[in-house]
Amino acid sequence: MTKEERLKKRYNSEKRFKFYGILSVSLAMIFVLVLIQNIVSKGSSAFSRTTIEVDIIYNANLLEIEGPITKEALNNAEFYDLSVESILKIFPSQNAKEERQVLRLFSPDFEYEVKRVLSKKPNKINDIVPIRLTASDDVDQLNKGNFPRDLPEDRRRVSNFQLNIYDNLVEQDKIGKKFNDYFFTKGDSRDPELAGIGGSLMGSFFTIVICLILSFPIAIMASIYLEEFAPKNKITDFIEININNLAAVPSIVYGLLGLGILLSVMEFPRSTPLVAGITLSLMTLPRIIIPCRASLKAVPPSIREAALSVGASKFQTVFHHVVPLAMPGTLSGTIIGLAQALGETAPLILIGMVAFVVDIPGTPVDPSASLPVQVFLWSEQAERGFVEKTSATIMMLLGFLIVMNFIAVYLRQKFEKKWN
Amino acid sequence: MELENKKIKIQAKNLNVYYGAKQALFNINLEINQKEVTALIGPSGCGKSTFIRCINRMNDVIDICKVDGSIEIDGSEINDKKVDVVMLREKIGMVFQKPNPFPKSIYDNIAYGPIIHGLAEEKNQMDNIVETSLKKAALWDEVKDRLDEPGTSLSGGQQQRLCIARALSVSPEVILMDEPCSALDPIATAKIEELIDELKKSYTIVIVTHSMAQAVRVSQKTGFFHMGKIIEVDSTDKIFKNPSNKMTQDYITGRFG
Repeated sequence: MTKEERLKKRYNSEKRFKFYGILSVSLAMIFVLVLIQNIVSKGSSAFSRTTIEVDIIYNANLLEIEGPITKEALNNAEFYDLSVESILKIFPSQNAKEERQVLRLFSPDFEYEVKRVLSKKPNKINDIVPIRLTASDDVDQLNKGNFPRDLPEDRRRVSNFQLNIYDNLVEQDKIGKKFNDYFFTKGDSRDPELAGIGGSLMGSFFTIVICLILSFPIAIMASIYLEEFAPKNKITDFIEININNLAAVPSIVYGLLGLGILLSVMEFPRSTPLVAGITLSLMTLPRIIIPCRASLKAVPPSIREAALSVGASKFQTVFHHVVPLAMPGTLSGTIIGLAQALGETAPLILIGMVAFVVDIPGTPVDPSASLPVQVFLWSEQAERGFVEKTSATIMMLLGFLIVMNFIAVYLRQKFEKKWN
Repeated sequence: MELENKKIKIQAKNLNVYYGAKQALFNINLEINQKEVTALIGPSGCGKSTFIRCINRMNDVIDICKVDGSIEIDGSEINDKKVDVVMLREKIGMVFQKPNPFPKSIYDNIAYGPIIHGLAEEKNQMDNIVETSLKKAALWDEVKDRLDEPGTSLSGGQQQRLCIARALSVSPEVILMDEPCSALDPIATAKIEELIDELKKSYTIVIVTHSMAQAVRVSQKTGFFHMGKIIEVDSTDKIFKNPSNKMTQDYITGRFG
């Protein structure tokens, strides 16, 4: 082979390598984009809900109030009959079956929506108050274009009669859309239009806070001790190997541990963020210790020598110089560990976080769901409305993960000291 | 001879050092005189750095390192269990091969030692220590207007003088220098050498160097190490002009090493 040929071959192999690299990066990017596009296109509609405007006749006689109409009496009043009376007026029905179909255009919570508005307005009694009530999931999906209308009636969730009312309402401009605050403020529900991530958001928040409180100090102390103070012998080698092994243990095993010890033996309350936080911190500990030790190791020995040579003790050297210099790496390792814990589903299923919880937890010992488990729960539901809710929850979860990772990168770059 | 008039500051007797199974120093006997520069020369890996790291017990941090024998400073044994290394290192400053300022401001670099030893109680006392140390290290004029800037922003030579100033800040009696100029250019080296000449009036200095010209320029006494043993110790003049050992002769004339 001549010199020119060898040179050409070398250039070619460099070009080939570059091409493969670009190819794999583009493939990865395409997968990510397809994933995000899919989730966003399915989930973005969950952030709005369909409303039907109804002229509510404020007929105080239907409120079942005995005595004078005071604010307090209104707060305790039943608004069901009043609401039904006005709702049935939107379209003439022939029989009870048709009346039921009319009512089913609305979310079952309509009574409370009416009450929320009217109980604050005693001066409007005997007036007509237009209120935008939340439509049922079927109408919501119909309005969002997710239900094909050209199917035969027996394969549709919306009957011809209901479709007729819907078209009529559209003509009268009574159908509207508004921002879906329910999605953020409400807990889980059997009705998709009333289901929200409020409960699971709080559940995840409590879980992560408990996980942080438990795992961060323990992990930091363990890594400082192992890296800086522990004698290098067989025992510490053994511990190190085991920490690395623990980081690779499938997360569901930690769930079993939580179930077996925290729930069965110690009898902690089931389905609570407390147990979830403890279980996840077991999982997160080795995942924080490893990057912590790596960042402690990355502090150059010359800094330690410098501190020791002016007469700093071992303790002073570590806590005045090594730990502050390792902090950016430590913090970003912690945040990434927590981000993994936030997205963890399997161990939470085992400790009972899959329970159907409607109430939003107020404390870490209340039963609760968490974001990833909520995704899991909703993805099993048949209603079309839960499909968009599932994707929207994934969007929220991804959003939190991206924010956390961004903070980790930011901390690392901002506080990383440069030395030569 | 003038050597005998000098007071002995550091005395090593039968010093053996092991890294695990490997012996790094064999039976070192060396006397280092007060307020004088002692240069240690020898090929790479001959144990000169290991030796000076024994003087301030820097080898303690290496788990596998075992020191055997005695080093006395002003007549008291430093390898004794009762000796507190922190107090020892306050007395014996060290400057390393690569400048290693803390990634903190110039001021904080100097102030760190005095803070941990409680040498200054008030802010102006500390300012005083910082100023004197920087002046002694011939760095004050270059940095007095930017004491808040990070020590790492200085040039290599300035960083090394900052490290010398940091060593001086706790008023040591001995300064150990482990190839302090090996990472510096000739001009910075010249400045450090000038400084060493000045410092020897008040401090006992032990310098490890690879440059024989440097040993000639700065030191009064020279020890030649080879394979973990001291081959020859004598006045610098004698070592470089008329060494008594053939090996020393070969090394200083560049035949090996």
